[in-house]
Amino acid sequence: MGARWEHFVHGADIGVRGIAPTLEGAFEQAAIALTAVITDPARVVPRAAVEVRVRAPDAEYLLVDWLNAIVYEMATRHMLFARFSVHIAGDALAATLHGEPVDRVRHEPAVEVKGATYTELKVARLDSGEWLAQCVVDV
Amino acid sequence: MDLARFTRVSDYTWRVEPFGRMRVPAVIYASEALMRDMDDKVFEQVTNVAMLPGIVKASYAMPDAHWGYGFPIGGVAAFDPDAGGVVSAGGVGFDISCGVRTLTTGLTLPDVQAVKARLADALYRHVPAGVGSTGNLSLGHDEMDAMLRGGAQWAVARGFGTAADLDRIEEHGRMADAAPGEVSDFAKRRQRDEVGTLGSGNHYLEVQWVSEIYAPRIAEAFGLREGDVVVSIHCGSRGLGHQIGTEFLKAMALAAPGFGITLPDRELACAPIRSELGERYLGAMRAAINCALANRQVITHLARQAFAEVLPDARLELVYDVSHNTCKVETHSVDGVTRRLFVHRKGATRAFGPNHPEVPEVFRPWGQPVLIGGSMGTASYVLAGHEDSEDRAFSSACHGAGRAMSRTQATRQWQGRRLVDDLAAQGILVRSPSLRGVAEEAPGAYKDVAAVVDSADRAGLARKVARLSPLVCIKG
Repeated sequence: MGARWEHFVHGADIGVRGIAPTLEGAFEQAAIALTAVITDPARVVPRAAVEVRVRAPDAEYLLVDWLNAIVYEMATRHMLFARFSVHIAGDALAATLHGEPVDRVRHEPAVEVKGATYTELKVARLDSGEWLAQCVVDV
Repeated sequence: MDLARFTRVSDYTWRVEPFGRMRVPAVIYASEALMRDMDDKVFEQVTNVAMLPGIVKASYAMPDAHWGYGFPIGGVAAFDPDAGGVVSAGGVGFDISCGVRTLTTGLTLPDVQAVKARLADALYRHVPAGVGSTGNLSLGHDEMDAMLRGGAQWAVARGFGTAADLDRIEEHGRMADAAPGEVSDFAKRRQRDEVGTLGSGNHYLEVQWVSEIYAPRIAEAFGLREGDVVVSIHCGSRGLGHQIGTEFLKAMALAAPGFGITLPDRELACAPIRSELGERYLGAMRAAINCALANRQVITHLARQAFAEVLPDARLELVYDVSHNTCKVETHSVDGVTRRLFVHRKGATRAFGPNHPEVPEVFRPWGQPVLIGGSMGTASYVLAGHEDSEDRAFSSACHGAGRAMSRTQATRQWQGRRLVDDLAAQGILVRSPSLRGVAEEAPGAYKDVAAVVDSADRAGLARKVARLSPLVCIKG
């Protein structure tokens, strides 16, 4: 199977999960899952690019910081993002987010994400050899 | 939840004696039915909190407890700085000082029924709600710091409301010892144009009517009579609080080993109250409390403008404003000894009983108003702090219904448009930018708030005073 994302159940909130052949791909898929909490990613046109850089002590903290960086860019730029290209080197992540300003009619955003959490946080290699990156986000 | 793991102390009190690394017992207040339906994770989380350094007496959970981050939502815990006590960013949560305020309008049900749709439209126009909405204020650096220091007092000084409002807000509308300098530029930037916005999720502004009175004398003291129309606002510190929560959660999780603290769960990230990190968090968190108080004050002003357009005779006067995600320094009697404690309430409302000096004089004989938000389309409740509440859980009560179903399950079960139409047929008008958001917040996705409130009443946490039923709901 190729790169994919899904949501998983958490009592009050929602979990985001990315699975892909590479760690970067799993982070990209988790980011799409994050957007899907808010709106259908297919409705978001990737017409503008935003650069993001984060650094963290391990891959799990890096995932939370990555998702929180997207939350921050969404909140301050009033944008939604649907395409992500991630590059990870050691403890540093550099990425480009592609998206557009929120259009409340076209996107019908359901809910704002407050932040990514350490709940159900996991970045690991599956038996299949694929990478998994997941955590619960607070909405 | 498996009730065999608890000792039943009374009909509404369930206790877990310390085991493993627990320093104190865990106590949950709820009916047997609510206990049976409660998530197993509440057991895990309420017992984890009991392991934290300096915790006093017990780790508590309210009747609406459910799976949270580190602390259960509905968790209460007090820490003593003299006993190595900690302050926990996870114990306050992301939406710092999220809370509820209720206002009387001087109107009765028939006054509003005929113009309900116009009123709903006016409120929806005036009060920014939902993802991507911005307020009319844009705060520069100095004004942002003034807001973070001044809270609702800042808002009133800028013309948003009156001095009389401040008498009806916890901390008189301003949390002391806020430190805007400890709030990062990222957090401030997130808040720049979010002052006076509702947000999304379970946040709302509702027009409601008093549909039942349980304690007539207390209701009268609170200014509530059957048939009265009231307004309730539920929201918090918006992006600023979220960013502070995010940043300090990480800083505390990484610093914990250095403080010799073994965290049973990373989300319980904490630091000693008497540490630089602990003090920095307290300063930032108090600034976020002021942000929430200012936010609800500005929204109140916008609601008054909307009412003035449609119902010029309306007089919106504050009953009270309570926060339910906080850590506050309070004096409590523990086994006959008065102690100064840092009380964390995460999804729990302060419920000071009668004669408490911090309760406004007008309410003092009765206890403070405790405002319990319902879910969209269901009732909300007004309670009063109980004289036994201090002994039960450091003067705390529940805060809402609590979710019973995930957002994904809710969207599978309900369709937004149909829900809006069904509620309209019941006389409840919903205005929201997102039909999916409405479906995720379907009334059926929440626990029965009446059962939660009954448990709080019977457990001696807070006394039931009045029920508020919705007429108009502005959802983010």
